[in-house]
Amino acid sequence: MRSIRALLVLLAAVPATALAATKGFPLQEANTDVSSLASLQRGARNFVNYCLGCHSAKYMRYSQVAEDLALTEEELRENLMFTGTRIYDAMESAMPADKAREWFGNAPSDLSLIARSRGVDYVYTFLRSFYEDPSRPSGADNAVLPQTAMPNVLASLQGTQRARFEKTVDEEGKETEHLVALDPGTPGEMPAPAFDSFVRDTVAFLEYVAEPAKAQRKALGIWVILFLLMFTAFSYFLYKEYWKDVK
Amino acid sequence: MAGQAAPAGTGRLAALGAWIDERFPMTKLWKEHVSEYYAPKNFNFWYYFGSIALFVLVLQIVTGIFLTMSYKPSATEAFGSVEYIMRDVEWGWLIRYLHSTGASAFFIAVYLHMFRALLYGSHRKPRELLWIFGVLIYLALIAEAFFGYLLPWGNMSYWGAQVIVSLFGTFPLIGDALIEWIRGDYFISDITLNRFFALHVVALPLVLIFLVVAHILALHEVGSNNPDGIEIKKSKGRDGHPLDGIPFHPYYTVKDLFGLSVFLVLFAAIVFFAPEFGGLFLEAPNFEPANPLLTPGHIAPVWYFTPYYAILRAVPAFAGTQVWGVLVLFAAVFILFFVPWLDKAPVKSIRYRGPIYKVALMVFAANFIMLGYCGLKPAVQPFKTLSVIGTIIYFGFFLAMPWYSRIDRFKPEPARVTS
Repeated sequence: MRSIRALLVLLAAVPATALAATKGFPLQEANTDVSSLASLQRGARNFVNYCLGCHSAKYMRYSQVAEDLALTEEELRENLMFTGTRIYDAMESAMPADKAREWFGNAPSDLSLIARSRGVDYVYTFLRSFYEDPSRPSGADNAVLPQTAMPNVLASLQGTQRARFEKTVDEEGKETEHLVALDPGTPGEMPAPAFDSFVRDTVAFLEYVAEPAKAQRKALGIWVILFLLMFTAFSYFLYKEYWKDVK
Repeated sequence: MAGQAAPAGTGRLAALGAWIDERFPMTKLWKEHVSEYYAPKNFNFWYYFGSIALFVLVLQIVTGIFLTMSYKPSATEAFGSVEYIMRDVEWGWLIRYLHSTGASAFFIAVYLHMFRALLYGSHRKPRELLWIFGVLIYLALIAEAFFGYLLPWGNMSYWGAQVIVSLFGTFPLIGDALIEWIRGDYFISDITLNRFFALHVVALPLVLIFLVVAHILALHEVGSNNPDGIEIKKSKGRDGHPLDGIPFHPYYTVKDLFGLSVFLVLFAAIVFFAPEFGGLFLEAPNFEPANPLLTPGHIAPVWYFTPYYAILRAVPAFAGTQVWGVLVLFAAVFILFFVPWLDKAPVKSIRYRGPIYKVALMVFAANFIMLGYCGLKPAVQPFKTLSVIGTIIYFGFFLAMPWYSRIDRFKPEPARVTS
């Protein structure tokens, strides 16, 4: 029977190996912390100031943000809400979708679930990987999402970046260009580490927005499992007590 | 009543019980199926999964009822209503994760339960019909899971349904009409979503409950098998009860309670700490709404279907049609019905069978997991070749069984169960 147990262990190990590596620009680790209220509060401010102008988070309500991020209604109104919105409203963008399509060629996507559908590392790397490209309408392209319609809205903070390409020749003699690195160009208002934590906070907020119950579920989970472990011990002794006369 | 010692079970409650018993076989059913159902005393680890599967069925029904209260089966509202459940409904996130994790847990329990039958010959005479009801439950579960997977109306829901429904389009002549009939439209649409909702929340749960009742009735009619694969009814005591049997209640109710609580610890660990389970239980593209214009980079069914998906893809198209893969896929499931008659060994349990069956079963189990892994991967090498090899092994295990199960070296079965 030992071989069967080994098989079960193998079965449990499958998920770890099931995640295939994807090709393309390597993603950097976001290292977000959704249990840090300070990080989430900074991220919320960044999101409202830099993202919400074009992108919505239509499944997220302001009131929920205030409750989960420990903000008073006054703090919420002063820092996070546009004039004319009400506290139970969803975080809708002020930009009309048809205008957006006219201006950018594409309606900016709703960001409610972006951290779950693409992953936090993707969003983190995406926001840090714009580079100058005069051939694009906005003057910038992105290493993670080539041909993106999004302009480099964080350029004033990060500064600009230049892409370094390398040519490789495959077996059939076909030449292809690969983006290998991004080099700093004109510096922005923030030094690199400050900008990284700015993006990290923003992504942490998006991670929270994608699953507001995440912190609660983990905090509660510990107690549920502790209870179930105690219950298991109790049921084990009950089982042994009943079975002691089964010969 | 004065001066008389009250016999056990008198009083108002007992009177009510007697009143009911005159009109409905309450006590009779309880005795027959629980307190005086004699089960072998030597059940081991593998015997926990039946009760666990039953628990998960109840969990799915209860959480499903609560989800239905807030879910909207409409193409424009479904995705948003799931997010509404995750955010605005009190404990909605917990109910939804219990349901989504429960779906996977159901299949884990059922696969291990079926593997147990193959280990100890639980499908052999006189339990053939019990096994057939079990395979029907498995079929109903596959359908239930497939219909349910469309309901969140995420992009993987949409494209997964698109791929599976289009399988029926491979049938010559009737194919196109058949998929149109299934979808109720020219593409996967609001109409499809509505009918899948009806099938998922009404039709298949009813079928499942009926089959589970039939499965348990058949079990209690013939009695449980055990790890020794011998019939405990052959050795009865003076009281007419099997010498190696013990009443299901309280012995197995408390033992199964222990097994269930261990299961719940693992289940809760997933629900609270990894509900997506690395993209296996909840897939990342499903957090984007269904989009008929945007195909996900890689479409794979949920993990519990992937062994069969690998088998489907392993079969090449020839004579100008893909239908062969679909036929082989159906055959892979339908062959399970015949296992009781394919197995020709003179003993039931693996304990008294020789090395051939032991090796065959281990290879089959490992191969099933390998096929599942291949089914998760894109159809590239080495997975294409591995899927073909895996498919041959899968069918080989069953089709060669009448031969290899006979020529094995057997040990004599004991007269009474061993511990």
